[in-house]
Amino acid sequence: MSDVATVPEAKQKPAVALTAKDFATDQEVRWCPGCGDYSILAQIQKVMPTLGIPKEDIVIISGIGCSSRFPYYMNTYGMHSIHGRATAIASGLKATRPELSIWIVTGDGDSLSIGGNHTIHLLRRNFDVNIMLFNNQIYGLTKGQYSPTSETQKVTKSTPYGSIDHPFNPLALAMGADATFIARSMDRDPKHLQSMLLRSHAHKGASFLEIYQNCNIFNDGAFEIFTEKSTKPQETLFLEHGKPLVFGTRQQKGIKLDGLKPVVVTIGEEASVDDLWIHDEHDFYKAQLLIRMFDDPRVEGHFPRPFGVFYETERACYEDIMRLQIEETIATKGKGDLDKLLRGKEIWEIA
Amino acid sequence: MTTAQETVLQDVVIKFAGDSGDGMQLTGTQFTNNTALLGIDIATFPDFPAEIRAPLGTVPGVSGFQIHFSSDRVYTPGDMCDVLVAMNAASIKVNIKSLKPGGKLIANTDGFDAKNLRLANYTDGVNPLEDGSLHNYEVIKIDVTKLTRESLKDFPELGIKEKDRAKNMFVLGFIYWMYNRTLDSTINFLTEKFGKNEYILQSNIKVLQAGYNYGDTTETFTTRYRVEKAKLPTGKYRSIMGNQALAMGLVAATVKSGLPMFLGTYPITPASDILHELSKHKAFGIRTFQAEDEIAGISAAIGAAYGGSIGVTTTSGPGMALKTEAMGLAVMLEIPLIIINVQRGGPSTGLPTKTEQSDLLQAYYGRNGECPMPVIASATPSDCFDVVYEAVRIAVEHMTPVIMLSDGYIANGSEPWKFPQSEDLQPMEVKFKTGLSDDEIKFQPYLRDEKLVRPWAVPGTPGLEHRIGGIEKQNITGNVSYDPENHQLMVKLRQAKVDKIAEYIPDQTLDSGPAKGKVLVLGWGSTYGSIKSAVLELQQQGHAVSHAHIRYLRPFPKNLGNILRNFDAVLIPELNNGQLIKIIRDQYLVDAKGYNKIMGVPIMKSELVEEIKKYL
Repeated sequence: MSDVATVPEAKQKPAVALTAKDFATDQEVRWCPGCGDYSILAQIQKVMPTLGIPKEDIVIISGIGCSSRFPYYMNTYGMHSIHGRATAIASGLKATRPELSIWIVTGDGDSLSIGGNHTIHLLRRNFDVNIMLFNNQIYGLTKGQYSPTSETQKVTKSTPYGSIDHPFNPLALAMGADATFIARSMDRDPKHLQSMLLRSHAHKGASFLEIYQNCNIFNDGAFEIFTEKSTKPQETLFLEHGKPLVFGTRQQKGIKLDGLKPVVVTIGEEASVDDLWIHDEHDFYKAQLLIRMFDDPRVEGHFPRPFGVFYETERACYEDIMRLQIEETIATKGKGDLDKLLRGKEIWEIA
Repeated sequence: MTTAQETVLQDVVIKFAGDSGDGMQLTGTQFTNNTALLGIDIATFPDFPAEIRAPLGTVPGVSGFQIHFSSDRVYTPGDMCDVLVAMNAASIKVNIKSLKPGGKLIANTDGFDAKNLRLANYTDGVNPLEDGSLHNYEVIKIDVTKLTRESLKDFPELGIKEKDRAKNMFVLGFIYWMYNRTLDSTINFLTEKFGKNEYILQSNIKVLQAGYNYGDTTETFTTRYRVEKAKLPTGKYRSIMGNQALAMGLVAATVKSGLPMFLGTYPITPASDILHELSKHKAFGIRTFQAEDEIAGISAAIGAAYGGSIGVTTTSGPGMALKTEAMGLAVMLEIPLIIINVQRGGPSTGLPTKTEQSDLLQAYYGRNGECPMPVIASATPSDCFDVVYEAVRIAVEHMTPVIMLSDGYIANGSEPWKFPQSEDLQPMEVKFKTGLSDDEIKFQPYLRDEKLVRPWAVPGTPGLEHRIGGIEKQNITGNVSYDPENHQLMVKLRQAKVDKIAEYIPDQTLDSGPAKGKVLVLGWGSTYGSIKSAVLELQQQGHAVSHAHIRYLRPFPKNLGNILRNFDAVLIPELNNGQLIKIIRDQYLVDAKGYNKIMGVPIMKSELVEEIKKYL
């Protein structure tokens, strides 16, 4: 231990290969048995050792809520902060320590209700951090009130007559805030979740990954229709860049664009594969249509729910421009001279 | 050429008053700099409305700038003015009561036409310049508007509106003549401001000279005045405003500590100038972040501090209220953080541009839970430099958020400053933990040293990976703990850590007066000048009155209680409804008496003298 107050520099590669175990802590995981958070934790612990980042350069910042206990279970640097502010805290950390790999764990209440403001501003500034939004469409930690993503008419502890709130479409909100990476995955599909985590990490800029997560205590089965084997094939649409939008038990269904309107077709009947919408992650306009395929699965004739990367684009990151401004100023004006500053322009002397 | 005699004066108070669009703040600042550069002591008080442009010509739209200058020491902007410059009728209505009997009133007659008189709510047909109501004053009527336009007749490219905008330069030139000044400092200022626009530059200089020449040729006065250099301690001086000094103190702290600085903030009156100033200093590596709201401002500063920067957030009362929860987090995390509250009149939006000291109890107690934080306050504009530097020192050396209190009066007021050299500034001891020592198996984030301070372990340091957060921490390990005994222990430890800072700050001293006596006038913050001048006046009259001014408000210096007990009476003047007095009574069981002014303006020396006399 030495006494020099200099910020450690980022390393290129870890000295030793790490495993998922290296990322686990000695703290007992205290989520309810059966909670979807367990699967997400396992996938993140699996993915982290593959990133080539020493664990001391990884920081996990969370707000408040069930999901926000996450940092305690990861053997990296971590902060379990206050409700809704993880995004703001991460912004300050990234602005000053751009070399760190920063992961924000947040829930639907944390990031879209109390912290909605900071979420949209982080996205527009495009800090190079990864937001993992665990969406369970309920307030779990406060024991079962509706959340800003709960469906209308939902009966909860605070809505005994049914919720009258219109829910957010989180990805549309992210798109509206000019997010540069927008994706959706689910707790019950480990492989897909792992690949989305890797994609989030690979993206330079703010990554917004919504993860459907089952709360088996207060909102059990909220995403059953998308996660259960019996319904998953016809109710979900897995996006792949450059591939047509197909789904169904035998991949027999597809989405075709009729002008600006998506239509579900049966391949070989109403349309051929060549007529289908080809997914392009970089298409700003089509991404908006795709994100709006957000029908209530209770409604007859609804679209399947898309999963995967909806949109990705490149835009300069806040912390890089911030650093550049400083470097350019020093390059042109020289490093600041404190005595010159204190002296100012005009002085007088009392002899 | 002038035939005016020259008279030497010791002490002068001038108030420039006009519509908010008349440029009175600029005029006042220019006259201030000109005065300061001559080595004359100064104190200023800008007083402006919250509205950027209140309705033209109305009473709420009046903007004023008061400057007190003297060859003797000056501690306040002065109770009453010797000279009032009134650009319109409304400014007389607002300010005439503060002009000394026999004082000079310089009135721009164009601002007293029927329309202006009506807007200032004078009865139809009544003009104070004509009806004899000002017979107690020496009234000097000048048609500034007309003379300004005439002096610009060779500037055909300027419209009437643009010409009229230079009115304040005419007034300034005239006052420069009155006080026997040169125009150099203002010409330099104009050159820097309009250097690229030669036409505008020349027009402004022309009007400034016209104002000066008007004094010279019209023989308005048979006397000109001169105020000699003040007897300030020897050394090099500059003029400084509070927010400017505060920003410089922060720059000094980043330079001397070697730590990068991050300011996370949201614009709010009267604190925004600190952001404006710091955002210029990129050459010092300072990062300024205008966040989406007050909460994001402090949260981002917490994130930066966690990463090893000096995290700073600046605000005023309403913003403090919003930052409360995040302050609690910083207390739990035990990381350094600087929270600056430039106080204004409250509650709620209150009086945004007026001064008050009413956030002391908020700073002391205004958080949920047992949440102690050091509190430190600046007393004068230049004192902001030293106090913020101290705030940073305490924060980084004691791993704690620190609240610094300034206020609107200090923030915008200016005074001469014997500026320090960087080598004379006290070094700051900052230590990051850089790894596990040989006898450590696992990092213990809440293991404390002799100051009860935990280590600052920043991300990126191998072997020190750990988790912190707002949930109660187990002593030493920092693991989440709901254990009842542990919570009590941690509450006591956090308090003891803050209390222990008393061992690392200077003893309280008396600003003036005997160590024992009849009355101790105890103050904090911006009442310094008023108390000092009132106490000095009474001492000169032979009274046993003393003055102590507290910089370290939490914890108090160790010897404060002893000082208090040496006086028959303790009087605490405050610009609030009695806040320090509650804490003093609580901690020392002293029957202190209060003097409270809650009008958005400083306490006057004269009223305080009268109040202190009650205890003699």
